[in-house]
Amino acid sequence: MKETHAIRRRKAGQFMDSFRKNRMGMTGAIMLCFFLIMAVAGPLLLPYNAMDFGVADDVFAPPSREHILGQDDMGRDVLRALISGARISLSVGILSTLISMVAGTFLGIVAGYSGGKIDVLMMRFTDVFLVLPWLPLMLILAAVLGSSIWNIILVIGLTSWAGTARVVRAQTLTVKERQFIERARAIGAGNGYIMTRHILPNVFPLVFANTILVSAVAIISETTLSFLGMGDTLHPSWGMMLHYAFESGAASIGAYWFLLPPGLCVVGVVLSFTFLGYAFDEILNPKLKKR
Amino acid sequence: MKSVMEASALHVHFKARGSFIQEIFSNHQKKVKAVDGVNIQIGEGEIFSLVGESGSGKTTVGKALLALEHKTSGSILFNGEEIPSGTGKSSRRFRQKAQMIFQDPYQSLNPRDIVLDIVGEPLVVNNLIKTSAEKRERVIEALGWAGLRPQEEYLYRLPHELSGGQRQRVAIAAALILNPQFIVADEPVSMLDVSIRADILRLMVEMRDRLGISYLFITHDLSLAWLISDRIAIMYLGKIMEIGSSELIVGSSLHPYTQALISVMPLPRVTKNKKRLILKGETPDPIDLPVGCRFNPRCPVVQDICRRQEPELAEVTPGHQVACHFPKKLLVGAP
Amino acid sequence: MEMLSVRNLVTQFSIKAGQVKAVDGISFTLNEGETLGLVGESGCGKTTTALSIAGLLPSEGRVVSGEILLSGIDLLTLSQEELRKRRWKDISVIFQGAMNALNPVMKVGDQITEVIMLHDNKNYQEARKQVRELFSLVEIDPDRIDGYPHEFSGGMKQRVMIAMALACRPKIVIGDEPTTALDVMVQAQILNLLERLCRDIKMGLLLITHDLSVLGEIADKVAVMYAGKIVEMGSTEDILTQYRHPYTEKLVHSFPDIYGKREMVSSIPGDPPNLIDPPSGCRFHPRCSLATIRCRTEEPGYIDLGGGHITACHEIRGYEK
Repeated sequence: MKETHAIRRRKAGQFMDSFRKNRMGMTGAIMLCFFLIMAVAGPLLLPYNAMDFGVADDVFAPPSREHILGQDDMGRDVLRALISGARISLSVGILSTLISMVAGTFLGIVAGYSGGKIDVLMMRFTDVFLVLPWLPLMLILAAVLGSSIWNIILVIGLTSWAGTARVVRAQTLTVKERQFIERARAIGAGNGYIMTRHILPNVFPLVFANTILVSAVAIISETTLSFLGMGDTLHPSWGMMLHYAFESGAASIGAYWFLLPPGLCVVGVVLSFTFLGYAFDEILNPKLKKR
Repeated sequence: MKSVMEASALHVHFKARGSFIQEIFSNHQKKVKAVDGVNIQIGEGEIFSLVGESGSGKTTVGKALLALEHKTSGSILFNGEEIPSGTGKSSRRFRQKAQMIFQDPYQSLNPRDIVLDIVGEPLVVNNLIKTSAEKRERVIEALGWAGLRPQEEYLYRLPHELSGGQRQRVAIAAALILNPQFIVADEPVSMLDVSIRADILRLMVEMRDRLGISYLFITHDLSLAWLISDRIAIMYLGKIMEIGSSELIVGSSLHPYTQALISVMPLPRVTKNKKRLILKGETPDPIDLPVGCRFNPRCPVVQDICRRQEPELAEVTPGHQVACHFPKKLLVGAP
Repeated sequence: MEMLSVRNLVTQFSIKAGQVKAVDGISFTLNEGETLGLVGESGCGKTTTALSIAGLLPSEGRVVSGEILLSGIDLLTLSQEELRKRRWKDISVIFQGAMNALNPVMKVGDQITEVIMLHDNKNYQEARKQVRELFSLVEIDPDRIDGYPHEFSGGMKQRVMIAMALACRPKIVIGDEPTTALDVMVQAQILNLLERLCRDIKMGLLLITHDLSVLGEIADKVAVMYAGKIVEMGSTEDILTQYRHPYTEKLVHSFPDIYGKREMVSSIPGDPPNLIDPPSGCRFHPRCSLATIRCRTEEPGYIDLGGGHITACHEIRGYEK
């Protein structure tokens, strides 16, 4: 199997070559790396505990040498909160995207490949999720299920798979008509085999690019939910920071150091995912290559 | 001769796709009669050609014989038993014995799979091997049959790294790996450069000679059918017009349609002044078939009865059947 | 009368991997009312030749040297604007699968009138009258002038494209695989039509095809191309029966002849060469069964066999016929 790996590596090499030439993709990748390092290694580099409350003087203290990004309404270090928030925001984004990707891909392939009544039923079901106003739905679901971080992940996952399912189904319909699918049927392959062995690998590049774009949406959704007070208080994300900053009146007293950093971080992460998604789309879907 | 594949009164009809308005207001659904009563027997080790223009239904016959297309009515016997539909155990066994080679080697191979996986796939799908070493061994053997040597050089290539001829050989290797008894070859050389057509055709004949495989060779090119097959059937609008040995069909055909086809067949000769029987118009859609003989609107020697009564295939000499009320030779002599 | 004369045409493509001489020094002439067939395998440069003559090369390609004389005027010295004006009047092209190039939401007649009005300074009524004439010329009922493309069958659409190519009475028509996607019967109809047009309106036809057997029906002269060069050229009779080049021989024998012996057609071993780095000497030598050391090192020049029959081979043999 050594040679198989060599082929994979060669294909990956080709991919990396075109990726390196894609300026938008590289920008996204570098930005995302920055946030990932911040989330993974950040806590190890800082001496404070996120929950360390300060004395009265520290409340809304502006940036200083000791606290580079200043302190919040409870006198906690903003940089510290920002770094632990990165972990939460990124994990929520990535995990909920995984749910959406698995559900969307599964439904999309099954609907597209089966056709007929199954397709109609599944797609009408998808349409329902597609047209539902996602914000109220999320608010209701979050309220009903309670605001634990796992519920937030589940809620975002459940409301974002419909788009993926549509895209995957459309691609499945074109792959299904290619002759190698008929050849597979001619040698006696069953439907499950054809879907996993032939359809999936051929729709995967599209799913992949789409997934990255979904991540961006997921992170915005999480921020929105938390900002509206539906977040998990035990796992404070950037959205929660914004929520606290807003509640404590940081904006009106001019404590920009409490508001701006989480806001900019959300924008940065979302942008980096979007850049990456577009770049992958361009490289993996050759039809878009020449624009 | 023992017949391997035998179809009688085979019909394959599709629902016609009318316009939106038509679909709403029309009472009865129109049918496309792609295959409309076809009888063929293919003997052991025989190469049987089905020749026709686009829309004649030749490919549909091929797919119906392999249960890749649902037949509307009629019977298809493989080794004397009705072929199974569905995906049960008997269907599995049938699929191992009857294979297909497709027209376009650029489309029929999954672009993301390496040759080892493509050729070995029938073994994996049918649970016929236990280890990957065994798969590799059988794939190497099949690549050898298909003339891809040295085999090791091809095992890990992707389809786009192969030439058209090599791809078609890969497809053939995948069809041969299960030791089939019967292969439907649907225009296997029409997408290839003329300089390599012969290799693929020779390979098919060789496999027949060595392994006794029977073929249904589907082609639009009568000269290729003449070259490699034992018998030829000419199809027009879902029905067989004439059937007989290759020599008979090419040398002494009696149906006007066959004779027209032969007269316009391009040859590697100077044929500028050849007498041709060029038919007017084109093969119509098989939705509203003409009453009587379906060839009558284009027939150069049409008579009244042809517009009323459909001629059935009838034997004119042993082994030579023609579906025409007035079978006779229309053109005389070679160019 | 000599209409088109191509001399030492070299066309080069700049691609990522380097410079490709798709056409490497070919010369031929086409007379009034004559049909010249240009035949070869895919990638031999036959379509590039057509595009070079018609001035329709894509941006990566350019004519490096040579002359393309049409009625004595070198087309390569003309500006883009002058070429554009001449395109329909002097030279027009029928492409493979051209019938799919018709605009589906426009009446077919109007699509041709448009061409005539643009190039011939005629008003709509005059142009329409001319389209009706063109339709009867290509054997379509003139009353179908107001039909839409979907009402026409494949063969009819190809006739429409031929009518369009003839709209401004060009001296030369280039047919690039004009019958390749069509059924044999329709192919015969179209070839018959083209042959009649050459005779009746003295149209010069450059017919480009991979199918040598088609040329037997229609061509007066045939040029066989291999790897960017013409390896043999002569009357259709010469090429099909008195061939002297081993490549031509193999090509002729790769078609079954139902009036000949029923024996397996021949194939040519190996693949066509990579034109980025073409073989030394004779370009056919790696696939040639007669190749000698000389073939590997020295490129063969043309040998005149008389009567316009030329061939480029060191090892020409006398074929007994």
